[in-house]
Amino acid sequence: MQYSDKVLDHFSNPRNVGEIADANGVGEVGNAKCGDIMKIYLKVSDDGIIEDVKFKTFGCGAAIATSSMATEMVKGKSLEEALKLTNKAVAEALDGLPPVKMHCSVLAEEALRSAIADYYKRMGKDPSEILGCDCDCAHCHEH
Amino acid sequence: MKRLVYTDNAATTPISKNVYNAMQPWLTGGFGNPSSLYGLAWDAKRAMDGARATVAKGIGCDPDEIIFTGGGSQADNLAIKGFMPGRTAKGRKHIITSKIEHHAVLYTCQYMETLGYRVTYLDVDAQGRVDLGQLRREISEDTALVTIMAANNEIGTIQPLAEIAQIAHEAGALFHTDAVQGVGHMPIDVHAMDIDMLSLTAHKIRGPKGIGALYVKKGIDIVPLVHGGGQERGKMCGTENIAGIVGLAEAVRDATARMDEILPRVQAMRDRLVEGIMKIPYTHYTGDPVNRLPGTASFIFEAIEGEGLIMRLNNEGICGSTGSACSTGSLDPSHVLMAIGLPHEIAHGSLRLTLGEQNTEEEVDYILEKLPQVVETLRSMSPVWENGKPNMTAATELHAH
Repeated sequence: MQYSDKVLDHFSNPRNVGEIADANGVGEVGNAKCGDIMKIYLKVSDDGIIEDVKFKTFGCGAAIATSSMATEMVKGKSLEEALKLTNKAVAEALDGLPPVKMHCSVLAEEALRSAIADYYKRMGKDPSEILGCDCDCAHCHEH
Repeated sequence: MKRLVYTDNAATTPISKNVYNAMQPWLTGGFGNPSSLYGLAWDAKRAMDGARATVAKGIGCDPDEIIFTGGGSQADNLAIKGFMPGRTAKGRKHIITSKIEHHAVLYTCQYMETLGYRVTYLDVDAQGRVDLGQLRREISEDTALVTIMAANNEIGTIQPLAEIAQIAHEAGALFHTDAVQGVGHMPIDVHAMDIDMLSLTAHKIRGPKGIGALYVKKGIDIVPLVHGGGQERGKMCGTENIAGIVGLAEAVRDATARMDEILPRVQAMRDRLVEGIMKIPYTHYTGDPVNRLPGTASFIFEAIEGEGLIMRLNNEGICGSTGSACSTGSLDPSHVLMAIGLPHEIAHGSLRLTLGEQNTEEEVDYILEKLPQVVETLRSMSPVWENGKPNMTAATELHAH
């Protein structure tokens, strides 16, 4: 598997690894059977800014690199901006992914949306109105 | 300079100095086509004849029972595709193989099914040993060929070749073995073991890539795989790769002659490596603990994924391999890990380190220093690793939906 230098960098020195003890949005997608699970923790401020974001990932090099890049791309952004992040943008920011690894970037996008959906739920809002679905991606994520 | 610890000798091996020296003259001066009719060509022909005798001696057969091929995969293809339509198969339409064969055998068998042949894929036990009871039950008067590998490339398990050959022969079938991982790594004598066809390759025993051989016992009819100018008794045509053939012969000669010297040393290093790695918690040793290739150390680490493990090891200069799905580009872990009954959830965390004679005790120390750190780092990043142990229930619950 040939990876770009950026993928190798984000894999070897991943940004934002860990958990947030007082996270107010947590999302987890994927499953161990398929070999990848991503969990994203968000700390969202009262005015809707992602103040902090962390991840934990069980998966291949591309899964870890996309988690790292996706979290870096949304840190400090508003939820609205974060929701505009596409898997393609994550892959492009990493200077591309091998075709068989594109699903890892999908997973990163889903994990983020799932965490944001969890935040909205905790705030008493129906995430499906904002996100178009309830983003319970762990249940609809299919390979 | 970045350090390099090469422990992926089941993937390929570095060419030895002996092999290089043997090949060198045939890459430059001795370029004649052995089919031509002058001195330059006779030299090449003589070198090829000598190499054929050397390879034959290495596995205990006659020189005219050796067909040179472009490697192990071609040898496997020739054995199966060439034998089944041949006279010796007597019109029988059934092949028996195992679920843990190399793809060169497995996919060839699947292809044979599309041609109307019937194939039985034998189960293996948790250590990767072929189910001989099932072989006895499945074999019939319609079985032409039993093809079972000598030793497995992923987990190192060695199969009982002589016993399988006997069962095949009692039913009037022939026995082929893919010994690509076996030759030079375990004692093999085709006469003593009563093997009818055997595939081997040079690059697993410090020879060059792209050259191998198929042993076909006298009297067995096989149809050509590559038609052409009549080379290799017309079974595998094409102008011979003399340098490769000479390199193969030297690799076989060296590996088989020095087995008693090399293998115990490699196995002692392997055992120390395994002992050290098994101290990492939630680690499993895969394959047969006793009947296995001396250099093969294969593991499962819970809560991490193999490709990431290989990449982190690469950052430390260590070369290994994995059977994780991510390494294959599919979503399933390797067919071998599935066949030995590992659950998907943990099969993704596989690692294979295969030692060779060029490895050192100091390299084993280095791996034992780095590998536990790498596993720990990946586990610290894993959502299915909590408080020093795997938390796969979360994962299993996710999967249940």
